[in-house]
This record gives sequence, C-alpha cells and structure tokens, in this order.
Amino acid sequence: MKLNVDGRSYTVDVEAEMPLLWVLRDELKIKGVKYGCGIAACGACTVHIDRVAVRSCQTAVGDVDGDITTIEGLGNIDALYAVQAAWIEHQVAQCGYCQSGQIMQAADLLSTTPNPTDAEIDDAMSGNLCRCGTYPRIRDAVKSAAANLAGGN
Amino acid sequence: MSRLGKIARRTFLIGSAAIAGGVAFGYYMYKRPPHNPLLDDLAEGEAALTPYVKIDANGITLITPRADMGQGAYSVQAALLAEELDVDLDQVRVDPGPPDPAYYNTALSQEAVPFYPTDTSWMAETSRGVADALMKFIGMQITGGSTTVPDGYQKLRVAGAVARETLKQAASNKTGVHITRLKTERASVILPDGEAIPYTELAQLAATLEPVEQVTLRDPSEWRLIGKPMQRVDIVEKSTGTARYGIDIELDGMLHAAVKLNPHIGGNVNSYDASAALAMNGVRSVVPVQGGVAVVANNTWRAFQAADAIVADWGPSPMPETMEGHWAALSDAFSPDHQDSRNRDDGDVDAAISVGPVTAEYRAPYLAHAPLEPINASVLVGSGRVDVWTGTQVPRFVQEALSKVTNFGASDIHVHVQMIGGSFGHRLEMDVVIQAAEIAMTMQGTPVKLTYSREQDMTHDFTRPAVMARARGQIDDGKISALDLGIASPSVMASQMGRIGMSLPGPDAQIVAGAWEQPFDIPNYRVTGYRAQPLAPISSWRSVGASTNAFFHESFFDELCHSAGLDPVMERLRLCNDDTTRKVLETVAEMSNWGSPMAANRGRGIAFCMSFGTPVAEVFEVSNTPDGIKIDQVFVAADVGRIIDPVNFDALVKGGVIWGLGHAMMGEITYAKGASEQENFDTFTSLRLYQTPKIEVRGLENGAKVRGIGEPPVPPAAPALANAIFAATGQRLRDMPFRNAVNFV
Repeated sequence: MKLNVDGRSYTVDVEAEMPLLWVLRDELKIKGVKYGCGIAACGACTVHIDRVAVRSCQTAVGDVDGDITTIEGLGNIDALYAVQAAWIEHQVAQCGYCQSGQIMQAADLLSTTPNPTDAEIDDAMSGNLCRCGTYPRIRDAVKSAAANLAGGN
Repeated sequence: MSRLGKIARRTFLIGSAAIAGGVAFGYYMYKRPPHNPLLDDLAEGEAALTPYVKIDANGITLITPRADMGQGAYSVQAALLAEELDVDLDQVRVDPGPPDPAYYNTALSQEAVPFYPTDTSWMAETSRGVADALMKFIGMQITGGSTTVPDGYQKLRVAGAVARETLKQAASNKTGVHITRLKTERASVILPDGEAIPYTELAQLAATLEPVEQVTLRDPSEWRLIGKPMQRVDIVEKSTGTARYGIDIELDGMLHAAVKLNPHIGGNVNSYDASAALAMNGVRSVVPVQGGVAVVANNTWRAFQAADAIVADWGPSPMPETMEGHWAALSDAFSPDHQDSRNRDDGDVDAAISVGPVTAEYRAPYLAHAPLEPINASVLVGSGRVDVWTGTQVPRFVQEALSKVTNFGASDIHVHVQMIGGSFGHRLEMDVVIQAAEIAMTMQGTPVKLTYSREQDMTHDFTRPAVMARARGQIDDGKISALDLGIASPSVMASQMGRIGMSLPGPDAQIVAGAWEQPFDIPNYRVTGYRAQPLAPISSWRSVGASTNAFFHESFFDELCHSAGLDPVMERLRLCNDDTTRKVLETVAEMSNWGSPMAANRGRGIAFCMSFGTPVAEVFEVSNTPDGIKIDQVFVAADVGRIIDPVNFDALVKGGVIWGLGHAMMGEITYAKGASEQENFDTFTSLRLYQTPKIEVRGLENGAKVRGIGEPPVPPAAPALANAIFAATGQRLRDMPFRNAVNFV
C-alpha cells in the first residue's frame, strides 16, 4: 500500500482496516499526530487528506485516496505555517497534546473561510477537545492567523 | 584528593547556601545538606555546581525537577534559576533531572498542618517548619498542590546565585581580577575591560573551588525575567508537532502493549481465554498483570484489538452495586463515629441555630482526570538495570514501586521523566508503570511500551470522590450569625497512600479543605469532616478537596444571603478577616460592576475560595435563554503574592476556571457494579470552545507569601456558576453536574 505523507512516498504493509493514525504513529513514526480517544470525539489525531481535515483514528488506511499532511508537514521550526506562528505568538499551548489537532483543524477552517466569524470559529473548532482549557487563546490565535494569511505573511 | 572527598565538599555548596539565603525555616531535625545527585553521573568535562545547574563545554543545563503537565513548570523553574544565574532561557537546556531526595518539596507540607493559611503566628510557622523538615527527611519529590513556585521561589534563585558567584570566583582565580570587579551577563563573566569569559569555560575550574556560600538575592527592581511576560521554553515544539511525550517514546526493537482490565474495579481475574488474541496478526504474547491481562504486539492498534478479543471471567467489585449504595454510604457517614476533623468550631453553633434555620444538602459526583494523553509507560529490563520512560509527578515512588516489581535495587531503576500531556492528578498514580514493568520482566532485553486505550484509561481512573455535604445556618438581626457545614467523603489521602503501602496518620485535611480555613469571622462557625467508608479507589483531582468543598460552602453562603436579602459581596466583606482577601473581593466586584442593573433574564453570582493559600474570587454572568443557560462572562481576581510570568498566570487562571465550570456543568462518572459507565469523551463530556465564555482575569500581588495558581482558580467556578443561575432563574442547584437539572446552550 502506497501513501504520500508530508511530501514523501511510503510503502506500508498493514491491514487495510488499520486506522491511519496508527500507521502514521507506529509504522511511519510520525509522532506529531496524537492519539486521544480513538472514536473521533477529541480531534487530537486530525490530519489533512488533500487539504481537508479528517480524524485519522476513524479513517481506515485502505480508504485513504489522497495526499496526507500532518502537523509535521504543515510547517516546521524554520518555516512556520501562519497558524503555527499565531499559536506561538499567543502561547496557546499548555500541555500541548491536543494542539497538533487544533492547528490542523484551524488550518482547514482558514483554507475555506479566510475571514471566519466567531460563530464559524466555534463551529469549526468545537470538535477538538482541550482538557487544559486553552480555548480563549485558540480563538485569538485563529483570528491572528486569519489576519496574517490575509496580509500575505 | 579522593573522589569521595571532592563530592563531599562540593555537595556542601547548595545546602549551606540555601540556609544562608533563608530557605530553611526554623530548626531542622535533619541538618545535613542533600547530596547532589548530578555528581553521580557526570561525564568527562561536566560540572554540576548545585543540584540545579549542570555545565559542560557545550552548554548549560538547568534542572527543573517539578514535572511539566502543561502548567509551565519547566519554564517557571528555569526562569527562577536563570534570573540569578544571569542566563537567558534561549541559552540553556532544561532537563527534569533524576529522581532524588535532593529535590524534596517542602511547600506541600503547608497543607498538612491544622493552621489557617493566613495564620503566621509562631505556633503556625513552627508547625510548618517541622512539617518541612519531615518532607526533606523523606525526600518527597512530588509535583502537586500548586507548590512548584512556593517551593522553588527562594530555593531556585539561591541555587542560581550560588552557581553564579562560584563561576565569578573561578574567573577571579583565573584572571587575578578581584571578584568584586566582575559582573555577569548572558552566561558569561564580564571583566572590567569588557572581555567576556563564557561560563562553559569556567565550569571545570569552578567545580574545584570552595563554594561561595554567602549570596544575596537581587532586589525585585533588578529582575530581568521574573514578573515579565515570558515565552514558554516548550512553546515552539508544542506548536509544530515536535514535542515528544511519554506516549511518543521510540526505542530500538520496542514492542507495544495494551491491557484489558477487570471493569469491576477491585475484582479478581478468575480466568481468561486469550486464544483468539494470540492468533491475531502481530501479537507476540499475553501476560497477566495487576488487575487484568496484557497483550504484547508489534503495533499499538494491534495490541488494542487483541486485548479486546480476550474473554475473561471477572470477579465482582467490592464497591456498592449501585450509585444509590454509594450515596447511602456517604449519608451514613454523618455520625459521631465517622467524625474525622473539626478544625473550625467558633462560637456555639448548636446554641446559635435555634429558630427557623436555613438547611441544605449538596452532592458532588465522581470525576475522571482524563488527561488527553492516555497514561502510558515504557520499560526496558536490561542486565543490571531497569529503565523506565514515563510522565510522572512522583518519580521516586515510581523507583520504589518498580524495585518491588522487578527485584532490582532502587538505585538500579532509572526513571526518565517525560513531558506530560495533561495530568490533573492522574500521574500521581503508578498502576500503568507497575503493569509495564510486569510485562517487561517477561521479555528482558526488549523494551515495551504500555499504552492504555482511552477506554481503559477512563474506566480505571482513580476518580475524584463523590462527596456529600449538609449545611445549617442562621440569620440574626439581618446578618449571618451561624454557619455549620458537615462534609462526608472517603479519604483521598488514605486511598492514595494505601496504594504505596502507607497509612495516613490522623485526619485527612482534604475532606474539609477549601471550607474550614476560609477567612471569615462568622460568630458561630463550624466545619466538620466525616470520613466515609472506602468506596471507589480515589485520588487527587485538580484542587482536590476544595474542588467539592467550595461548592458546598459558597453555595450555602449564597443561600443564607438570599434568605435575608443580603448582598453576597457586602456580607463577605463585612465578615472578612484577611486584607488580601478583602482586596480580591473588592477587585472582582469592581471588574464585574457588581450591583449594576441586569436584564430580567440575566443573573450574576459570586464565589470565593482560599485554597492552597491563594485567595480567588469569581463572578459569573449568565443569561436564561429559551434554549437554556448561556454563560456570558466570567471575572476572576486572584492574589499569589508574586506573579512570576503574567502570561502563564493568565493561562492557568483561565484554564482552571474552564476546568471547574465544565465539570460542574456536565462531568460525572457513575459506577454500576463497580464499573464506570462512562468510557470515553462521548459520554464523559467536557467543555468545548463554543461553550467557553469570555474570561477576564486580574492578578494581585498583595499577599505576604508567594503562592501557586495551578489549582486555586478551580474551586470557585462551580458555586459562582450555580449562584448566577439562581440569580437568573430562581432555581437553586445543589447537585453537580448541573445539566441533570438545567439545559445549557
């Protein structure tokens, strides 16, 4: 089975029903993608398939038919994606465990809705659980990222 | 000189300096300074000037022994060291260090003495000093109780100053320039001509010197870091997916394990059939472990699937069969033979409560910690040593526990503390570490990582106890004249200590914490703790006893005020006996424009709690809409004496409020035949972004002592919300979670 992840091609030999999450984490060792619940109730495992956010814990690897982007491919320390830069600027993270998923979800929102209203942010981001309670800064950071993307930064 | 001689002299450094700097209060029954554990394991070319600062040719490592569970502990500890060491946080590495008695936590003992947090009398301080010495004696290296800053505020700055002065002495010896003419800046000693000698070039020489024992801590006006907004040391990693937690550990040849535990907690494993599991793809072995059965496979998901395929005959739980049984046990505990403590008994409550008393009964449910990173541990049993990688708040207890499981000496158990994806108290427990070691013992030489599925994590949590309270009160002459609060709970401390083979001496202060020590002079005022029989295995949950007790105390205070038409802010101010608290109350009233008119469908509620010595007041504003209650806004004022990092302070306050209000709204674990009926985040729900109100925070610094902020914002949230809902609707909520009685938008 061939997968394209973060711009690299991989061949994996696993059961078709294995969730993409565990292929990424245990087979390809991409640990930025997190396991939180396994039932698509927390969003920690969010990745993009062809730039659309999906819960990788509920996506069988055999059903993947597009290019996968994880938090590690979205941007990196030397070339931060605007959403990551906003997350750093607002110091969103506390334990940080949910933030890979939060950032991937926010990136998806801003790709389709460049200037989201508060209600649109609430709708898009409420599937992503944060137990530390970083929600106020997530709101602020999404707005900053939107402004930065609009300004071409 | 022999190595032993050198170590003995160098280890004197931190202990003696710490006493000179004023860390050690009162008398020590155990005067010897702690051994510096970094000296045991130094590589060629490394120097460890104190247990907190390690320097080699490549750089400086600050040791931050309190675990980071998201509360920013690494950053705040690093900042306290860096302030006096004259380094910036971009110049250092941060490492949690080894488990060691040198990293004992004294501040935790402050909660264990029966004196009001506001009491600074000789007797109270002496008791705290004795308790401190005891903590030092047993080397209690523990993260919890909002103690990281109170414990480290002086100790870490002294450690930084000692290292700095010793490095200056080394530079003086090397250059012949007198130490008084040397300065330090950005990890270098600066000579009078401006030449900079990096610390890394001086460390080896410094390690051979007599320590500079006398250090003077800088005046706050000179601080570069403390009190100013900081960037957390982990913020870039945590924003780019490159932070690595315990669950992310990868070791050569590692296998992955999962458990299936008896859902009926405390029940035996009578028998099990693993034949289907063993036949599954990638499965290597099945191992019986404490409480159930483990499967080892070559992939976490395969291990989860195989664990699900195990069929077992589970023995029954010793818990009551139904929740009614749990509540009956709590109700039965309100009797003299269950009385655990009565630390407050002012006036004569029984005489004062005579005519038409106000009474109420309250309930708080069991709750899971449910940190988003499921609990996990990786263990490698090698020849002559055991290595364990895990996120833990109690690394020395982990060492002790693994020593028992593996029969290796504690000094051969190497604990590598990992970054923690949330804890809220869960990582005070060691079941996952013990089970991982049980598995690893069957495959020596092969590292194994045990990851709990979310379902196993939630159903085998050690929960916040269900607690019941009964209150009576009296209004006289338009004022609160009596408040009598009884709280019935099993003992969290006895449950936790029992799991490490210790018994709790005396009463459990947590049964009444957040209620008995409140800074109010009600003429007839009594708080009684009743210890119920053990029910579910329970544990510390963010803010511990205060998480339930503030709800009881502050809801009932509000009921008394409303029964007499009293303003709840004015009545608290009238009764307040602590200036720091008074300012906190006045501040939150001003922030919320308390007393200003509101629309008929809206309401405002206030609650206050001093927990872990930190006074926090919260005002909630809610609207009663056709779709349910909407939380519009929250105002918080808190006083920690000294705010180390205003950014992190703000984050911890908001996170604490969200934690408190979310669980009050909807959090609940219920047991049927001793099995948790909630298994995952679909049924154990918590606050989401769309429900999060605007939260305005103000931090005050009037208090005489430096206090923590990780837990104290939690307790007032539930009662402030309940009191606001009463103000908006007239409906009094006495049982959590509130969603069983009202809808939320």
